[in-house]
Amino acid sequence: MPIPNNNDPSPGSLRRSYKRYLKERIIELLLFLAAFLSVFITFAIIYLLISESLVFFEHVSVWEFLTDTQWTPLFDDAHYGILPLVSGTAISSLVALVIALPFGTIIAIYLSEFAPFTVREIAKPFLELLGGIPTVVYGYFALLFVTPLLQTILPDLPGFSLLSAGLVMGIMIIPYVSSMTEDAMRSVPMHLREGSYAIGATRFQTAIKVVMPASLSGIAAAYILGISRAVGETMVVAIAAGMQPNLVWNPMEPAATITTYIVQVSLGDLPHGSVGYQTIFAAGLTLLLLTLVFNILGHLLRKRYREVY
Amino acid sequence: MLPMNHPDNLNEIRTIIAYHKRWDLLALTAGVTALMIAILTFIALFGSMVIDGMPRLTWEFFTSFPSRKPEAAGILSAWVGTTLIMLVTAAAAVPLGVAAGVYLEEYAPKNLITEIIEINVTNLAGVPSIIYGLLAVGLFVYQLGLGQSTLSAGLTLALLILPIVIVATREAIRSIPVSIREGAYALGATKWQTVADHVLPYSAAGILTGVIIGLARAIGETAPIITIGALTFIAFLPSSPIQDQFPFVSFQWLMEPFTVMPIQMFNWISRPQEAFQHNAAAAGLVLVVMTLLMNGLAIYLRYRLRKNIKW
Repeated sequence: MPIPNNNDPSPGSLRRSYKRYLKERIIELLLFLAAFLSVFITFAIIYLLISESLVFFEHVSVWEFLTDTQWTPLFDDAHYGILPLVSGTAISSLVALVIALPFGTIIAIYLSEFAPFTVREIAKPFLELLGGIPTVVYGYFALLFVTPLLQTILPDLPGFSLLSAGLVMGIMIIPYVSSMTEDAMRSVPMHLREGSYAIGATRFQTAIKVVMPASLSGIAAAYILGISRAVGETMVVAIAAGMQPNLVWNPMEPAATITTYIVQVSLGDLPHGSVGYQTIFAAGLTLLLLTLVFNILGHLLRKRYREVY
Repeated sequence: MLPMNHPDNLNEIRTIIAYHKRWDLLALTAGVTALMIAILTFIALFGSMVIDGMPRLTWEFFTSFPSRKPEAAGILSAWVGTTLIMLVTAAAAVPLGVAAGVYLEEYAPKNLITEIIEINVTNLAGVPSIIYGLLAVGLFVYQLGLGQSTLSAGLTLALLILPIVIVATREAIRSIPVSIREGAYALGATKWQTVADHVLPYSAAGILTGVIIGLARAIGETAPIITIGALTFIAFLPSSPIQDQFPFVSFQWLMEPFTVMPIQMFNWISRPQEAFQHNAAAAGLVLVVMTLLMNGLAIYLRYRLRKNIKW
């Protein structure tokens, strides 16, 4: 804002303050544009996936896309049913969540309610480091360590399976779930715990009956984040689950997920613009819609169960 | 009703207390066990890579190009590519992310547009990385015609880590007390002068922490780069950014094909020969050590910050 300078009414100083005002506004505009870039990116993603998918849906009806049980766009007898990819995604995510949610929650309860200060100070950064390990490394671990290990217990397990990919994915997601859950639980005010202890509750009772209900919205958000991580995870499944699109409900089989299919096509040499290539945008659109559903669900849960202190 | 100190009643209370104490102990054991399992998994992951990959980690491994012969193959083009791409990513993500964070914390009025931007930043952080790859294919590679180049890959990863940088910037700025800003305003500083001379310098360490975490994430990202269509067999280096003739710097490398560490590793994992998988383990080891060091540095910085700064 230009402030008139009463001591020095010369036009020069006024011009200077006008220049100063202009500079301030230009900087503000630039900063705004940088912030608005995020909106632009979102629209670019949506626009691009839809416009490129339209090329695909000119060849394949939406009905066929949603109901056909075969996904063989790269064969001569091409079928374009997304269901096999969705089933692969669902199974691997389920296996991952069966590991990640209970383990993540237990670790969070321990760190937030039980652990002594020093243990927490060491364990939290350690878990953060685990979360920072590249997914391709977890893929290596799944294929060359976990699968052979599982094969000693389950001799029928093939070299590529949703089970070992899902297990490792679950281990990979534990840090995300546990650190977000723990943050939510730590943000519950101390006096609620003290009230609970005062009437003779144990730490476990306090954690289950007081702290968790009070931080439900944060915990729900952590779970949703875990789910959308699992659904969108690519490299672990691409490496350890094989890439054949099978409509399977058995985690002991190899299968492709939406994400691994995109990887498979990108690794091939299909030309941009061919139906085969455009399928990855339709698959990507499906994936985006799936994660969008989870994000909205998380947003609603957070609103519904938000406790204000 | 029996009095409190009646033996029957006391026994009942004792049983209840013992029961709940058992559960408490059980929960404690479960927590410690779960944490131990996480630690053991990490040891198994690291250990298996050390056993398989350590013998391959020689000087030649860092100075050789990938090769058809596993014992002669190395990661020269991969680590050079990773370094160059990180330069592009940092150059794009840091200014944009910090500017966006400054705007949202210091300038943004409370209105609909601000709210939309904020929701968007949160949502972008939840978009799977492979979707960014698809965006990059459509936008950078084909519509802008940047091709399958270092520039495309760097910009893609920059978009991917933008939310991380924005959130870190906002948190760092938010922790600066209002009194600092009021002091600057009282001396007649404009908003931008306050931000540039006070807010940003004081939050620099916090922002740096976020940037390091973001770059550590970008180093390991594989899926979006595969989607761009990066070649996996690159046995040459991009042209050097520093030239011995005028004008001494060259940006030719921005438009050249590349490979990066995680792609190289993925390529070796998918080969059937065991010798290549040992190469993959060695590359993975380098990758893990790199990300661990970066994340460790970020955690250390944050720890120092929390300890030292008392406003």
